[in-house]
Amino acid sequence: MTLNSKIPSGPLKDKWDLHRFQMRVVNPANKRKYTVIVVGTGLAGASAAASLAELGYKVKNFCIQDSPRRAHSIGAQGGINAAKNYPNDGDSIWRLFYDTIKGGDYRAREANVYRLAQVSNDIIDQCVAQGVPFAREYGGLFANRSFGGALVSRTFYARGQTGQQLLLGAYSALMRQVGAGTVELYPRHEMVDVVLIDGKARGIITRDIVSGEYQSHLADAVILATGGYGTAYFLSTLAVNSNASAIWRAHKKGALFANPCYVQIHPTCIPRSGDYQSKLTLMSESLRNDGRVWVPKKQGDKRPAAEIPEEERDYYLERKYPTFGNMVPRDVASRNAKDVCDEGRGVGDTGLAVYLDFAEAIGRLGRHTIEERYGNLFEMYKLITDEDAYQVPMRIYPAVHYTMGGLWVDYNLMSTIPGLHVLGEANFSDHGANRLGASALMQGLSDGYFVIPYTIGDYLAGAELKAATAEDDAFKEALSQAQEKDKKLLSIKGSKTVKEYHRDLGDLLWNYVGMGRTEEGLKKALEEIPKLREEFWQNVHVAGSEDSMNKNLEFAGRVADYMELGELMAYDALQRRESCGGHFREESQTPEGEALRDDENFSYVAAWEFNGLDKEWTMHKEPLVFENVTPTQRSYK
Amino acid sequence: MEKKNLTIHLKIWRQENSKAKGRFESYTVKDVNPDMSFLEMLDILNDDLILKDQVPVEFDNDCREGICGMCGIVINGTAHGPRSGTTTCELRMREFSDGDTIVVEPWRARAFPVLKDLVVDRSAFDRIMAKGGFITVRTGSAPEARSILVPKEKADEAMDMAACIGCGACVAACPNASAALFVGAKISHLALLPQGRPEAKRRAEMMIAQMDEELFGACSNHGECEAVCPKEISISSIARMRREFLKAVP
Repeated sequence: MTLNSKIPSGPLKDKWDLHRFQMRVVNPANKRKYTVIVVGTGLAGASAAASLAELGYKVKNFCIQDSPRRAHSIGAQGGINAAKNYPNDGDSIWRLFYDTIKGGDYRAREANVYRLAQVSNDIIDQCVAQGVPFAREYGGLFANRSFGGALVSRTFYARGQTGQQLLLGAYSALMRQVGAGTVELYPRHEMVDVVLIDGKARGIITRDIVSGEYQSHLADAVILATGGYGTAYFLSTLAVNSNASAIWRAHKKGALFANPCYVQIHPTCIPRSGDYQSKLTLMSESLRNDGRVWVPKKQGDKRPAAEIPEEERDYYLERKYPTFGNMVPRDVASRNAKDVCDEGRGVGDTGLAVYLDFAEAIGRLGRHTIEERYGNLFEMYKLITDEDAYQVPMRIYPAVHYTMGGLWVDYNLMSTIPGLHVLGEANFSDHGANRLGASALMQGLSDGYFVIPYTIGDYLAGAELKAATAEDDAFKEALSQAQEKDKKLLSIKGSKTVKEYHRDLGDLLWNYVGMGRTEEGLKKALEEIPKLREEFWQNVHVAGSEDSMNKNLEFAGRVADYMELGELMAYDALQRRESCGGHFREESQTPEGEALRDDENFSYVAAWEFNGLDKEWTMHKEPLVFENVTPTQRSYK
Repeated sequence: MEKKNLTIHLKIWRQENSKAKGRFESYTVKDVNPDMSFLEMLDILNDDLILKDQVPVEFDNDCREGICGMCGIVINGTAHGPRSGTTTCELRMREFSDGDTIVVEPWRARAFPVLKDLVVDRSAFDRIMAKGGFITVRTGSAPEARSILVPKEKADEAMDMAACIGCGACVAACPNASAALFVGAKISHLALLPQGRPEAKRRAEMMIAQMDEELFGACSNHGECEAVCPKEISISSIARMRREFLKAVP
């Protein structure tokens, strides 16, 4: 198999324009003859479903939640980037492109990232028109802020709930189409498989979460917008129902999985406190705009923060990175937090935390301003930890937050299965080895509002699909396989719960495929994960039945998938013997302890082909070509 | 200071499906860490039930940080439990005392039928939204963002209203099972913004008609909704909804 990224020719800034002109367009009268399935209703899924329905396609939209409004894009706090340059501080499409490709540690495609920067401005226009209440100045214009490693203020925000507000905007557009009868909505439906006819994606199998009924859905193209796979780690900042099953099952049907080892570990989360914990809570990194990160200079210093004098504090980010200070990109901030904790300078009961201190900002700006900027985050912190961050510094620690890897897609967002398109976090395309803050929302909406509406037409216009029905053998077979798998899970009746196995797997991944990865650790993970998987299939206990609502069974299926995906993550991390972005191989670092890329040997996308669990994955390389920027060692000094 | 773990007794509503008759069942969960969330306490109960091969308690939840609106349980008679301004998933066990008995029920409203145990069907909210909870703007047709000026006060007020997470606690708490706070919040959010004015009348009319069709009760100004709203949305939104409705009817 040769990977064809279908990057258009021509100068970088003209590629998307030329491509839009060259793509085939479906006659408006014919659009209603095509059915498109969209799985997921987050920013990417809802915006795609709404936009395609507006164009005239028949859309079926599925989600596991009880309402499309609840998809986990809703959890994003900080903001969305755009190259509007309203603050007049020197931003431009080129700068947003450059920052994103550099932030991704030169492991993303130039053409994709440039397109993302180009449409970023249209996204803001669209969202404002929908009624998204972005923060405003007294004059009625926008309040923008700098965010997560950017030197310009290009981030638009709606208090600490930007993801929620953008999602509600996309959801409202979707519901307008539902009301108009152009989108058929299937909430509380889980996709359990993708169905191929003649090698093309022609539908999906779902399980109705309420009744337990398995259903076949036929379509002319399928879009997966089902998010990332961070929950493989058990503890993450993701919603507990977020899962990788849709993309993983598509992978097993032939879609290549790209760069699975690229995982973003977010620096500002509330630290873990006990084994009972079901998830970790993110504190938006916008807090780093005004909060100062520090630990005691002395190891094992257990004095309360207030008793540690200024000269005995180490503001390590400001010390090591004078230009960016507390605003260094996420991977750099996370790794440094781990390092100081590994040195025995961590704070709190567990020693696995660093301080994020607002005392200086409160002194400079007044409590009122800090309250206005971050009030809801301080409240959330209080609720969880019972501590008042206006009085004592917050304790933070890194947690799994986002996965840059995902299903491989070409420039048109189509996977290696013709007709199967993948949007948002579920694909691998735009963030390279590390995603910048406020860029996930941008990518989800770019894919859904402004890319897929064009590219899917190009596919459908040339696809030559054969007539099929949802009763065809391919559907029957996939449906019965899904049923059998669930029956098998219910029949094991072992002695450990799904959650226990999930936590065991999460610990393996966190320890060996986490913030610092070594050849030895990864080899260990590759031994342990298959063993754990085998044990899971012998000894898991799933209660209830398949013919009613059964969250335990849903989770069992997802954990079964993580047990396979986790192995691929370790496998990918092992072959990539360089450090880049969120992937830090301890063997590959600069004398100062920064990530050291190896462009000569690893400037490629690793796209993996599934050959069955008893065989090794095959790697297909897509070389990364940089014609417009020169990869340099990232420096935030 | 060492925090003492709690023993918690639970009376939980169990109902196999929407047609079955429900009943309360009693359970005890020991060794509950006070920093644990209420839902994590239920997780522990469920893992215990699973290993005894009993059917775990179904309850809706997702983000577990108070933003998705998926969770919603009536705890000791109060939607989302004893702490104001929080969702069920944000509630911590430190709000309870050792030996407490906690009564755990689903949202109860005619328009929100129980699907199983603590899970209810809130799709009525989506159907109301589909009738008019939007500004009509086709993808790609929006004007330049800064061509629309929104005074800061209006933007802030609109944001207060837009903060609704659609959890349905307002309905669960209302003696009439009215959806006025939910609908009022959406109508207000969009009516406060210049972008939302062109279809304000139509929106109010359509959403309110659908709200009635879904068999939500009428609002009689009890204010229970505001008291339980995890996002503390003001009942002034209901007043605004009525004004918008009066403007709409000929």
